Amino acid sequence: MPDLGLEVLGKGKNFVRLLDGLWIALRISLIAAAISIGAGILLGIAASRNRSVASVILRIWLGIIRIMPQMVLLFLMYYGTTRAFGWKLSGEMSAIIVFSLWGTAEMGDLVRGAVSSVPVIQKESAEALGLKPPQVYRLIILPQAVRRLIPQSINLITRMIKTTSLVTLIGVVEILKVGQQIIDANRKTSPNAAFGVYLTIFLMYYLACRPLSLAAKQLEKRWR
Amino acid sequence: MKKILSLIIALVLVLTLAAASADTVYRTLDDIKASGTVNIGVFSDKNPFGYVDEYGEYQGYDVYFARRIAEDLGVEVNFVSTEAANRVEYLETGKVDIILANFTVTPERAEKVDFALPYMNVALGVVSPDSRVITDLSQLTGDDRVIVISGTTAEDYLIRNNPEILLQKYDTYANAKNALENGNGVAWANDNTEVIAYALQNEGFTVGIPSLGSQDTIAPAVSKGNETLLNWLNGEIKALGAENFFHKDYEATLVDTYGLDYEDSLVVEGGGVTE
Repeated sequence: MPDLGLEVLGKGKNFVRLLDGLWIALRISLIAAAISIGAGILLGIAASRNRSVASVILRIWLGIIRIMPQMVLLFLMYYGTTRAFGWKLSGEMSAIIVFSLWGTAEMGDLVRGAVSSVPVIQKESAEALGLKPPQVYRLIILPQAVRRLIPQSINLITRMIKTTSLVTLIGVVEILKVGQQIIDANRKTSPNAAFGVYLTIFLMYYLACRPLSLAAKQLEKRWR
Repeated sequence: MKKILSLIIALVLVLTLAAASADTVYRTLDDIKASGTVNIGVFSDKNPFGYVDEYGEYQGYDVYFARRIAEDLGVEVNFVSTEAANRVEYLETGKVDIILANFTVTPERAEKVDFALPYMNVALGVVSPDSRVITDLSQLTGDDRVIVISGTTAEDYLIRNNPEILLQKYDTYANAKNALENGNGVAWANDNTEVIAYALQNEGFTVGIPSLGSQDTIAPAVSKGNETLLNWLNGEIKALGAENFFHKDYEATLVDTYGLDYEDSLVVEGGGVTE
């Protein structure tokens, strides 16, 4: 067994500190994911009608978010708003806002795609049966669209969880930063701790993301 | 696409314009005392200057000083974890009151932040094997090669000041280390803190030149224009010199890494550069 320096995890409160760091990463990404899913569905439905105002807004919004690296967005939200407007957002709040803006745009696009991919004939048939537009959406289009949405939105959420490692640049100490702190504090006594600590972080990320993809698979199966 | 681009440009313009008109971002000395907390930006993963121990407590040379600052201000200290890349940004937005993160004083930085008096020296150093210790660059002859890491201040300094010296360049610390141990060069030039720590950890190597070239200093920094806090800090650093505070700090935090021999060449007491 190679020396992974795992003993550093047993020192003091190190393991609990890693778990705290994971909780911070999950808290930011899950709150942002909840907001993104809600707002994204509304935006996506509105944008699925061609040439609507919403579709133009979504296109521009997506364009901006996709061009800008998340790190730039975090800097703009945390430092930029202080410079420009004197806002004093906490690091965590800035992160939640940025992740929600990002998630809403991506989610909106996914919903738009899923809704548009439902064949037009479904909508026309429903209308021919005398269903009103809200009923058409609720009973015919959304149930079909949601099935197509599940895999991609789970993918989006897990990407969000992983991207939280950037928030250390705006002063939020999350799991990866805690890991680096532990490695560095033990640089002399356990020079191999990097392997063990990063392996542990990998497992923690995995255990956090795995239930999501399992739940998604379950849903996909049930709705087939 | 054009629409999006122009929108972004507009956004950036608005932000910069607004930034130019923004009020002072920093907190004065009285603001800090009134609030009961001073926000100090330190490294959280740069042992032994600023790091977090296994109980989640900040420790290190910079942190030791930061705690003393808070004590003398009569306030609590709130440590903010900073990275090398965002130290200036933190001060420019007033999100911390003081940066104490191994911050080397440079003219470029001094345009954006205000540095207080220094509390540590950094210079270049040269380490060589015990079999032939280089104590002066003039001892290098003929085809003796000096190992440097590309892009470091050491490389820059030698090219500029001693262009006759042959350099053996490596991209990483690990490669340079191997090269010295394999005898690919007669000596290795790098930041003196790096070579001193290296010689202490590796038998058979000695730092023949502990301080080469211009001395740079490490100092606390505050937001540009925050004079009340800057003046207080300068007074504090001078006053601490009377009790040899930074020597005590060195002995509490750095001695394990750098040993006692270099205490006087690394520590700056009372704000005056030694030597």
